[in-house]
Amino acid sequence: MSLRATTSQTIGPYLRIGLEWMQIEDLAAPGVAGERVAIEGTIVDADGRPVNDAAVEIWQADSEGRYASPEDPRATSLDRAFRGYGRSLTDDAGAFRFRTIKPGPVPGPGGREQAPHLVVTIFMRGLLKQLVTRLYFPDDPRNADDPVLGLVPAARRGTLVARKQGDARLEWNVVLQGKHETVFFDF
Amino acid sequence: MKDPAPYRRPYWNTQPEYLFPKYASTVKRAPAQPLVVLPHTLSEVTAPVFGHDDIKPTDGDLTKQHPGEPLGERIVVSGRVLDEDGRPVPNILIEIWQANAAGRYHHRVDQHDAPIDPNFSGAGRVLTDAQGHYRFLTIRPGEYPWRNHHNAWRPAHIHFSLFGRGLMQRLITQMYFPGDPLLDYDPMFTCVADEKARARLVSTFDWETTMPEYALGYRWDIVLRGREATPMENRR
Repeated sequence: MSLRATTSQTIGPYLRIGLEWMQIEDLAAPGVAGERVAIEGTIVDADGRPVNDAAVEIWQADSEGRYASPEDPRATSLDRAFRGYGRSLTDDAGAFRFRTIKPGPVPGPGGREQAPHLVVTIFMRGLLKQLVTRLYFPDDPRNADDPVLGLVPAARRGTLVARKQGDARLEWNVVLQGKHETVFFDF
Repeated sequence: MKDPAPYRRPYWNTQPEYLFPKYASTVKRAPAQPLVVLPHTLSEVTAPVFGHDDIKPTDGDLTKQHPGEPLGERIVVSGRVLDEDGRPVPNILIEIWQANAAGRYHHRVDQHDAPIDPNFSGAGRVLTDAQGHYRFLTIRPGEYPWRNHHNAWRPAHIHFSLFGRGLMQRLITQMYFPGDPLLDYDPMFTCVADEKARARLVSTFDWETTMPEYALGYRWDIVLRGREATPMENRR
């Protein structure tokens, strides 16, 4: 039996009605192991205008590099206090924010290790399907060998690496279109 | 660790492109640079798990969230979530939101001159059961105007958000109603060329789930991406 996946449609401007109940901006509850990090950023459109109606979702491994998912074959010893999922709805300034932990490295293609990263999914009015991108951590030597970053043209790789803004604070902005456009993936 | 089997790429013309000028908001928000093809690693084939602790048993009934009854026609919306191989997708979170019977959203941005219904918030959520079934009780949403083009009206619809077993199955979409004359004028419904794909966004009237003397039943099955049969060499 072969079916075809249902067509994606835009989240539209009224996403808060359906999604606000589960806004999860703090993933790092007390007791969760790992190095704490605050991530903040804004989303801007082709004219540099802030996008105030986006849903930003993150998905990440725990500090040991394990996903809290039955699809991770190593998930038996996963950190149960850490789900690894976050959702932030942008405010009037187009800003989103998370407080989380830096994930451990996870296995990648052909047994190569992937550098610590978050998978970021973005929905908004004006997008008929989600954008998928990744956030990597600054000053991590493993970025140089990351198999996914390696697929990105060198000149654009920087758009996927957050900037250090002081102690345990990172800034990562999303540019939807234009000269400094963030790298988005065909997923 | 063996590489996970990747999710199947979309069938031709069944998923929208980012830039679709008939839907005006895409013009300033669609990426213009080439997309980078993403291999499906462990990060993409895993996904968050939600359970009965995350929702209330009553969250699937949008007609019982306030002291009074909402205005409008009660409907049952139910169906199954399957993958492209026809396998049920159990225990996943579905979130819905919608306009009220008059075509007005309970949202500060919605300025449409139609009444707010104090007894209808328009949001619900459920988990699929072990066979992938879901069910909501709600009110049939009204059509409403929007400013995309001259005299633009959205067909009646309910927004659906679904998680899957893998992050690459994550889907946000809209369910429409059969026989709606606005469908063919709607740039969202017509955002894909494949007529069959469009038709699959439309629910069907369902006598079996219709509740006698209470609510009409509409049935809508949702299909999430399936996986390639065997682990492939990762795409470059």
